[in-house]
Amino acid sequence: MNGTMTATGTAAVTLQVALVAAGAPLLAGLMRQVRALLEGRAGPGVTQPFRDLRKLLRKEAVTPAGTGSAFRLGPLVLVATTAVVAALVPLASTATPVSGSADLILVVALLGLGTVALALAGLDTGTAFGGMGASREMTVAALVEPTILLAVFALSIPAGSTNLSAIVSGGIHDPVRLASPAGLLSTAALAVAVLAETGRLPVDNPATHLELTMVHEAMVLEYAGPDLALVELGSQMRLTVLLGLLASLSAPWGIATTASPAALVLALVLLALKVALLGAALAAAEVFWAKLRLFRVPELLAGSFLLALLAVTASYFLTGE
Amino acid sequence: MSSAESATVVAAGLAGAGVLAGMLLPGRIRVVAVGLCTAGLGGAGLAGGVAALGGTRWSAYLPGLLPLAGLHLAVDALSGLFMAVAGAVVLAVAVYGIGYASGRGPRGPASRGVQAALPVFALTLVLVPAAASVSSFLLLWEAMAVTSLVLVLADQRERSAVREAGVWYAVMTHFGLVLLLAGLALFAAGAGGETFAQLRAGASGMSPGARGAVFLLVAAAFASKAGMVPLHPWLPRAHPEAPSNVSALMSAAMVNLGAYGIIRVNFELLGGGPRWGWLLVLATGALSAVYGILQAAMASDIKRLLAYSTSENLGLVLIGVGAAGLFASSGYPVPAALALAAALLHVTNHAVFKALLFCAAGSVVRATGVRDLDRMGGLRARMPATAGFFAVSSLAAVALPPGNGFLSEWLLLQSLIHGMTVPGVSTAIVLPLAVAVIALSAGLAAAVFVKALGVGFFARPRSARAASAEESPPLMHVGMGLLAIGCTALALVPGTLGNSLSRAVAAAGLHGGRPLAGGGLELRLDQVAASLSPLWVTAALVGGVVAAAGLIRLTTRRGRRTNARLWDCGGGAPTPRMSYTATSFAEPLQRVFDDVLEPEQDVDVTPVHESAYLVERVRFRRSVPDRIEHRLYRPVLAAALALGRAARRLAPGSVHRYLGYGFFGLVALLLALAVGW
Repeated sequence: MNGTMTATGTAAVTLQVALVAAGAPLLAGLMRQVRALLEGRAGPGVTQPFRDLRKLLRKEAVTPAGTGSAFRLGPLVLVATTAVVAALVPLASTATPVSGSADLILVVALLGLGTVALALAGLDTGTAFGGMGASREMTVAALVEPTILLAVFALSIPAGSTNLSAIVSGGIHDPVRLASPAGLLSTAALAVAVLAETGRLPVDNPATHLELTMVHEAMVLEYAGPDLALVELGSQMRLTVLLGLLASLSAPWGIATTASPAALVLALVLLALKVALLGAALAAAEVFWAKLRLFRVPELLAGSFLLALLAVTASYFLTGE
Repeated sequence: MSSAESATVVAAGLAGAGVLAGMLLPGRIRVVAVGLCTAGLGGAGLAGGVAALGGTRWSAYLPGLLPLAGLHLAVDALSGLFMAVAGAVVLAVAVYGIGYASGRGPRGPASRGVQAALPVFALTLVLVPAAASVSSFLLLWEAMAVTSLVLVLADQRERSAVREAGVWYAVMTHFGLVLLLAGLALFAAGAGGETFAQLRAGASGMSPGARGAVFLLVAAAFASKAGMVPLHPWLPRAHPEAPSNVSALMSAAMVNLGAYGIIRVNFELLGGGPRWGWLLVLATGALSAVYGILQAAMASDIKRLLAYSTSENLGLVLIGVGAAGLFASSGYPVPAALALAAALLHVTNHAVFKALLFCAAGSVVRATGVRDLDRMGGLRARMPATAGFFAVSSLAAVALPPGNGFLSEWLLLQSLIHGMTVPGVSTAIVLPLAVAVIALSAGLAAAVFVKALGVGFFARPRSARAASAEESPPLMHVGMGLLAIGCTALALVPGTLGNSLSRAVAAAGLHGGRPLAGGGLELRLDQVAASLSPLWVTAALVGGVVAAAGLIRLTTRRGRRTNARLWDCGGGAPTPRMSYTATSFAEPLQRVFDDVLEPEQDVDVTPVHESAYLVERVRFRRSVPDRIEHRLYRPVLAAALALGRAARRLAPGSVHRYLGYGFFGLVALLLALAVGW
């Protein structure tokens, strides 16, 4: 690997992480604004999440009585895992210094680590809501795991690897692969899994104010000030990264495969557009969806599991011999 | 004399010294002497195993030690791996055991019988992988079973449940021995010799039917030792009831030998096996993985939870072994070598983290006398070191980075994904399902260990005993510290195991190149494009946490954190009884898997004496029994009991009747001989 390539690759990784961190609140604002407009409200504007974060960061940090290091570390681990994922996933470029380690299973496991850290933080508070949120979150996370890994399996068969750069550049060079039954089915399965992992409708309602229906929000009820800012930022970044991953896997066009700085800039602009489009579509769809009962969620996940299984078998039988 | 040979001699000598110390020395000196002998024995086993992994081969024939057949020992890299794992676990757990058993009364874990049995059990754990003939193997295997039974029964005077567990364990382990005896005897008869070298040479000359029968019998026997469904019920009984150092040895070293047996006999000596046999092994592993972790998710007894998790992890190992056999029998040694390497790596990882989990759980049980997670809580404040060790080992057990469990599960998934190159409809159907099973068990394992750590150690104490817990003695921390170092090393630099794993896989008869290569840092696969750098991932995570913490420091105006009451949605300070327990944490999963688990639920409403409408008391009881034990074993036990009762009528006490039995028996025998020959 020569010097310019390393330099551009490093720049790509840094810019990816920076774009995800800075763009995540904007994406959340955009989604809320789309939702507000469709519901006939004026809405607070796209930059409202930024103002919220600034307000929270200026407040003092609070340690609720009886909580310990798990409560303190939870938001930090959530943000750290998401940032590492943002660095690994080829959102803007496949030619980065970390592309050799950009393994899809590792990405899934890192997101899982963030979930586990927050669930432990929820249990650490010792309140009924914290435990309830943690228990529900872990249940959903456990059930969504088979879907994700089977979709990974289906995506890795044509590429011959679980390496994300290999999968994405395979999609760029061979677009037919994306429109194959296996590609479409695995993208659909992955989309449902993303909804569950990010706590969106119909699995969880991020805007709920009724504690008994909360999943994610119940876990983080005790957070305030800067800690809450990190939790919010972490969830927003997680949504952004996962939508970006979905975009990279299903529509990889524009992602830089060479070390050219111009291609990288174009890729970053396209990435922002793709994620904004996906986010707006998700927000528009959420207007028409209701949250599922918690015990109906497994049915949804079983459905997406079936899609993923079909994707694997389709990928084997249609491309194999 | 090679290093492996001298290590074996030293181990045997120390075991003898340990037995003498256990029987002769008084009180506290006994515990210390036995502990030191056992630790030295473990160290010798570790050294011998590492030497064998380095490429030293060694064999010995000691005709004087065993009448008729003599004792055959041979060590190759495969034996070496299991010897090294057992030795390392024995070393750390023995140090822990000194602290654990000292300060106890003359009964229980510190008693003469238990202390004398401990070195023998440790020696068999190290030596079973070195046995090189059927008679030596069976002898060591049975010695291991009997000594572990003595150790399980250590606390039998205090709790009646221990005796019941002992009976289950004794019966199940001897059922396994009968299967093993039959299988190996058939094998030796068919191959025309009883040393492993003769078996290896004679296996190809056996008929497919005989080979299939040997395969099934031996695999069933070893699967019962590994705690595989449906031969598992001894495991969640014996492991919780045994003293915790014994649980750690059993769960981290003994059950591994079930996997070793399948690799050694079914894979290597039998020279592969039928394809259906390996599919069966894979299916058993998959079933045990999901069933084990599901039962662990329901368990609120911390040691029972860990025991079921052992069943899950050995299930994952058998998925790897079964896949390796499947690929090898289809003529694809490269993915087979990868799958076997993944299985062996998982054996190593599981041994280290499960030993640490049982030791930490034992530390809690010793301090509180409570095994029920529902009555723990808040232990982090009272026992910070133990809580830290439990957290480290939980991270390994949940199969998430940066834990070491993730690395072997990643390798296992890679081997299954790349096994799709093996043609055949069965692989195309079985492998995706196996991947889904691994994913589901990994997801459930995350829920299980979040429950164990979060409910058991975090928040506030839920019972007086948990509130007054005191940290364990320092020697227990030393033992746990050794295991924690092992976990960390395996998590950060697994690449150092690369050459050893390749040699172990080659010793199992798979010459498919080196599945792991590279220096100390990377787990890089040669044949396929996949790599993982655990050290860098960990560094990036730590860097991310530090950066996020720094960001908060910079932007927050007031630096100090203030303490406040819990908000709890304005509900005021909640009492410990309001917090989530292990049972309530598992409730959503229990409802999701209702049809599989079949929980039993009982609501008992007592009305007030005068009126049926006023309720005086409501009692609600719910239990999630082991369904397989319920459905499979209870009817068999009931039938055996009924048969025994019926047979009693044959023996009414009349001498005439007994003489009659003798007479008719003799006549029937003579008739049969006259007619038949």
